[in-house]
Amino acid sequence: MMTAKQYAASVEREDFVLANRHDLGVDKVYGSQSFWRDALGRFVKNKGAVFGLVMIVLIVIMAFAGPALSGYDYRTQDMAQRNLPPHVAGWESVPFFSGVSTDYSSGTPVRTDMYELKGIRDVTHIFGTDALGRDQFARVWTGTRVSLYVALVAILIDTFIGMSFGLVSGYFGGRVDFFLQRIVEILSTIPTTVIVTLLIVVMKPGLASITIALMITEWIGMSRVTRAQTLRLKEQEFVLASRTLGESTPAIIFREILPNIFGQIIVMCMMTIPNAIFTEAFLAFIGLGIPAPLASLGSLISDGFKSMTMYPFLVAWPVIVLALLMLSFNLMADGLRDAFDPKMKEM
Amino acid sequence: MEKTLTIRDLSVSFQATGGTVRAVRGVDLDLYQGETLAIVGESGSGKSVTVKAIMGIVSSNQTIDSGSICYRFQQDGEWTETELLNLSRNEMRQKINGTHIAMVFQDPMTSLDPTMSIGMQLMEGMMHHLHYSKAQARERALELLNMVGITDAEKRMKNYPHQLSGGMRQRVVIAIALSCRPDILICDEPTTALDVTIQAKILELIQEIQKKTGISVIYITHDLGVVAKVADYVAVMYAGRIVEKGTVEDIFYDPRHPYTWGLLSSMPDISTDAPDRLYTIPGSPPNMVDLPAGDPFAPRNPFALEADFKAEPPTFQISPTHYAATWLLDDRAPQVEMPESLRSRIQAMTEGGGVCV
Amino acid sequence: MLKYIAKRVMISVITILIILAALFTMLHSMPGSPFNDEKITEVQRANLEAKYGLDQPLPVQFGNYLKAMLTGDFGVSYVIQKNMPISELLRARIPVSIRIGLQAVILGSVIGLLMGILAALKRNSPIDTSATVISVIGVAFPSYVFAMAMSYFIGFRLGWLPLLYSTTEAMRSTVMPTISLSFFSMATVARFARTEMVDVMGSDYMLLADSKGISSFRLLGVHGLRNALIPIVTVLAPLTVELMTGSLVVEQIFAIPGIGSLLVSAIQFNDYNVVLAVVFVYSVMFIAVMLAVDILYGVIDPRIRLAKEDG
Repeated sequence: MMTAKQYAASVEREDFVLANRHDLGVDKVYGSQSFWRDALGRFVKNKGAVFGLVMIVLIVIMAFAGPALSGYDYRTQDMAQRNLPPHVAGWESVPFFSGVSTDYSSGTPVRTDMYELKGIRDVTHIFGTDALGRDQFARVWTGTRVSLYVALVAILIDTFIGMSFGLVSGYFGGRVDFFLQRIVEILSTIPTTVIVTLLIVVMKPGLASITIALMITEWIGMSRVTRAQTLRLKEQEFVLASRTLGESTPAIIFREILPNIFGQIIVMCMMTIPNAIFTEAFLAFIGLGIPAPLASLGSLISDGFKSMTMYPFLVAWPVIVLALLMLSFNLMADGLRDAFDPKMKEM
Repeated sequence: MEKTLTIRDLSVSFQATGGTVRAVRGVDLDLYQGETLAIVGESGSGKSVTVKAIMGIVSSNQTIDSGSICYRFQQDGEWTETELLNLSRNEMRQKINGTHIAMVFQDPMTSLDPTMSIGMQLMEGMMHHLHYSKAQARERALELLNMVGITDAEKRMKNYPHQLSGGMRQRVVIAIALSCRPDILICDEPTTALDVTIQAKILELIQEIQKKTGISVIYITHDLGVVAKVADYVAVMYAGRIVEKGTVEDIFYDPRHPYTWGLLSSMPDISTDAPDRLYTIPGSPPNMVDLPAGDPFAPRNPFALEADFKAEPPTFQISPTHYAATWLLDDRAPQVEMPESLRSRIQAMTEGGGVCV
Repeated sequence: MLKYIAKRVMISVITILIILAALFTMLHSMPGSPFNDEKITEVQRANLEAKYGLDQPLPVQFGNYLKAMLTGDFGVSYVIQKNMPISELLRARIPVSIRIGLQAVILGSVIGLLMGILAALKRNSPIDTSATVISVIGVAFPSYVFAMAMSYFIGFRLGWLPLLYSTTEAMRSTVMPTISLSFFSMATVARFARTEMVDVMGSDYMLLADSKGISSFRLLGVHGLRNALIPIVTVLAPLTVELMTGSLVVEQIFAIPGIGSLLVSAIQFNDYNVVLAVVFVYSVMFIAVMLAVDILYGVIDPRIRLAKEDG
């Protein structure tokens, strides 16, 4: 316990007058920040999320510039250069890009410099070539475009179908909500794989049918989140206030409700993307992807897998790109979730 | 009267993102057997942290910087002393929690385990500490439920928390706290989450139990009405410090600290027909991460002296039971009286013959 | 509780009916089915239609179809094994798929639970960080990435485990498929368990239980774990979905004679009858798991079990 003497040292006799300060009780403001600024701050601090964002940007750039960089296109076949391992001219000492292929099938590894053997030392195939002599680097990045297209489709589906469905269901409630929720309930009881597989079996495999399949299955999560948030918000004072002030329904939805659930919507979109990319890759793998000579990461993996023990590089690169893409979108979704709403639970 | 709890110079701090929060700063408190102590303060004043330190419930980012909590209790007719801060979490669990010191929490809606039946939650403490058999524990549980005024105890034992009302749940929580016959019952705002009509009933229940068992009770509250109704001794906390403490008469009839004046003035009162609006203390509690120099209350204090902005006031003794930490009690301070409205209010109370709730 | 179960069962039955209706529609519009063959004459077609009951009104046909599907009469395979009843094809394959699926779910949930709880108890420690990294990777990477990596390195290069499924080494053959399939369950359960456990640890009832002075084992094991486990049951449903899609690919990679690989080859060979049958079996299995999860959830959570009884 401190005694009066200890304190008295710093306090002089003339200090014993009423202070009469005029700023009595004025609240100190501690670094006020807007919601978006705050969220951005939290996002930037999250190392995983930033890594994800950087990787996604890099992958997008490569998807558009990659094929041109390689100097080949994704469908030109060259029967003289089939199944060549990755090779960059001048990088003979760099592992994985030396152009040496190793055969492990006999028990003892047998190394062959394929480029030396064919006398094409000056030819570069960064990721090697496939069974038809097509440049794998060009094919991988062209295939990445399909995944990115699917990501874009997923966002559009989420915002147009999922969000509107949830908003309508949540805002209008009553019989509309009951009816719409039964649809959601039944759709979510049917496994997505089943719906997608059946659709593609009936229609012709291709980008259009993949898009339709995603349209049927990928919006459910978003509609759930939007509905829950709308239900919560529509009872709050500021919405009731604008309703009593006679604002129209669309105005309330777009001006009062939407801006307040925007954070959750972005997060949900980011979570749908990896799902959609995965669905496409899965379909491609079981032979329902886009038809040759077009490629997607899934179809490249599926083709490469068939000769995995002989030419592992054919399957490795598309797997690495796909894994990185999925990881990056997941990390970014997690980062956004934590940034917008540190308490929002995993869905 | 025997002293059962002696807290000296207790300081607790937290590591928060913004820096170190000094939640409790040099608290001294005494609790006598059978007495009711009320700790009053705004949220964040350190009152909950103080009692959680008594219970040994310390979160991982929290450290006890200094002080002692000495607990005296009767064992086989002998008085024994234990320094609670020297006990590990496990020793606290085995020796103190539940059996000697028990706690009732603020929100009965969330403080019962939703997946366990009321009966089991009541019995588990007894089976663990008192080594009761299931049948013995069951019998005592029924007895306890009857004691806290739950009718149909037999049926309620099988119920789950969500099947009971808030008031009933708080009664169950009290029964759980009493199950192992503790000497000290800590009630952390036991009535704030309840309806006004039920609040009074719960307070009466605790008082009744106190009368029957002679248990000591510590109340934490921000409601002076509760304090007036139940307390023998009152400690007023602000920014982690006790700014004034005294018997309930000291605090209500002879308050000395400007913060206590503010609290008493802001208490709604039906007996005084004051037409003017209810007084509120200006501003809000200080940010505990960077406490200003001097008295943390000074920026909100209309009676602040220049000295308050320079150094934190020491605790002055006013009477054997009454203490306050304000420079106004220094010999050198100018004569400052409590606000006139409060004076007339106290006058009315004295004439009315007691504190009105 | 009864009302709750009844509602769940109702929804499941309706869903199965809807799936059957969809399959029925597809059967009729499918290219390459014998009824749409261009080479057969009108008379032959009429005979065929009479034989298969196609001359009857649609509702009756649908009724017959329902009866057949629900009694396990899925017709015969046309391509994969000509004229082999599909129910027999399935009978041999379903146990293999279920075995690997179960092993993966059990392995994944047990390890995931341990990881999640440990991470929650040792928050912000290296254990927590590594658990987070592992679970992010587990959720993000499709199971075939693990399957291929294991199959290449462990199966082919090191030769420790059989590269392809063999009935003579059934136990060892399922190790790699099980592990690669379990990653997703492990990661999801770990993530969820951590969040729930952190939530529970900070709850008021844990504080009250702690203040009773019961042992820390009982505190964490009985009060903590039980409350954290209830919501974790809900992720079992999405896990099953992932397991099914995962198993389609993983069965393909390890050449496991399960229904996943049957579906893939049926799709590749245009054996529509088999596709529809497998899709139906998959749906029923999935719906059964969802139903079981829903009911289990009701049983372990007294708030649902005892809803509207009294109080």
